[in-house]
Amino acid sequence: MSLFFDYTLNGISSGMIYAALALALVLIYRATRIINFAQGAAGMMTTFIASSLLARGVGYWWAFILVLLIGFAIGSMTERLLIRPLQGRSELNPVIVTIGLLVVLEGLAGAIYGNASRGFPAAYSQSGLRIGRTRIAFSHFDVFILVAVLVLMVAILVLFRATSLGLRMRASAFAGEIARLLGVRVGNLLTLGWGLAGVAGSLAGLLVAPTSSFGPYYMDLILVYGFTAAVIGGLESPVGALIGGLVTGLCISYVGGYLGSGLEPVGALVLLMVALMARPEGIFARPPARRV
Amino acid sequence: MLEVKDLSVSYGAVNALRSVTFAAQPGAITAVLGANGAGKTTLLRTISGLVRPRGGSVRFGGEELVGSRVENIARRGVSHVPEGRGVITELTVEENLRLATLWCVRRGERQAAIEQILELFPRLEGFRRRHASTLSGGERQMLVLGRALISRPRLLLLDEPSLGLAPLVTAQLMGLLRDYTEGTELTVVLVEQNARSALSVSQHAVVLNLGEVVVSDAAASVAADDDLRHHYLGF
Repeated sequence: MSLFFDYTLNGISSGMIYAALALALVLIYRATRIINFAQGAAGMMTTFIASSLLARGVGYWWAFILVLLIGFAIGSMTERLLIRPLQGRSELNPVIVTIGLLVVLEGLAGAIYGNASRGFPAAYSQSGLRIGRTRIAFSHFDVFILVAVLVLMVAILVLFRATSLGLRMRASAFAGEIARLLGVRVGNLLTLGWGLAGVAGSLAGLLVAPTSSFGPYYMDLILVYGFTAAVIGGLESPVGALIGGLVTGLCISYVGGYLGSGLEPVGALVLLMVALMARPEGIFARPPARRV
Repeated sequence: MLEVKDLSVSYGAVNALRSVTFAAQPGAITAVLGANGAGKTTLLRTISGLVRPRGGSVRFGGEELVGSRVENIARRGVSHVPEGRGVITELTVEENLRLATLWCVRRGERQAAIEQILELFPRLEGFRRRHASTLSGGERQMLVLGRALISRPRLLLLDEPSLGLAPLVTAQLMGLLRDYTEGTELTVVLVEQNARSALSVSQHAVVLNLGEVVVSDAAASVAADDDLRHHYLGF
């Protein structure tokens, strides 16, 4: 029972990281119908930049904030420079471009920083919290992960649901042509959406790096888990990304704990297949429009 | 006034519009009529900037619209209600309306503008917090018309508003459009397959055939021309 409790806590913590990456994927998919395969690599790149900033004596929180802004810039520039020129052509083109960008970013990171794995400091202690005399498998840093992702999620939900900017962003994502006919500058909002996804991806990179060593390829598996979470959540719902992240995190934690860590990716694959067979549109997919 | 002059549009080798010329007056409804494939929808999409013409000009209020971005044309007071109703089904009724107020109605006046439209279309009042996907065809048409009017347009482009609607609903919508336009400076261009219904509320009519203007005349004259009606309007 104690092990189950530990695995559950571990699953919640890692699930929140998958949720952050899933949120990044969702933000882009719902706006442009593209799965951004470079999302994890962009997060990896910004984590390397954070590591360089820390090595040069920049304070942890300054580096943290700077890197989130750089993530925003990378996301925005990706949309403006690589995705927008492909608008109106084959839907496959932008997907291939994001795969190309993934390869370029990983190659670039290897060339600049080397391929060896390195450590990244955590914002808070990674020792388990004490409840009475018992030390649980949930640290101050895990609490930080939980809070950071929840804050990001709530901020994005408030942006979408309670502001006119969010309304314009949703309209641009759901019906770009109609939004343009209503005077909405859709192009700028798509850039903003990619920028916000860049922030979420960078946050995921910063949160996962301290939990293991990091290198140019450390986000590849996280991208697979984040994608699994996004699909389970319905690919279009920020709340779905959170729930999908938690389900994925828990499932992988149980598989890793009870069956061995080598089987974690298989666990994610099985989860994805079961989810797609049981509810192909995802848990939080929008109901189909009534045909009239 | 809307002035369309020598407007030509091609889709590859197909000429959708050939030197189309006509004018639409403020305070009046101009019906654009013709069979399927006549170029009616292309005409509206070109005026609102969605389609780039091969040649010609579209001037509204003395300003050239050709070459401007769609959103900038919209912000000049051109409201285009596209064919197929154009509601954003993922947004609620109120959000659909609010979206159209964002650039043209002051923040403090937006809610009042929404209430005005809901008074104009009382049937929508009960659905204001529901997703537009749950509305019937007639309700969706009311919503897009309300959304077009809430932006206080100077030029209203309506593409097949009666498509798929019951005759009674169509008559209500046409009557409402006529009442709303009378005595205002609003210029309305109404594209319709239902020529009889469109002519009944219009002051002017333009008949298109295979991308060319066959006639541009007073709606009453077009309605009274038996040959024209039989050949091009099907009634």
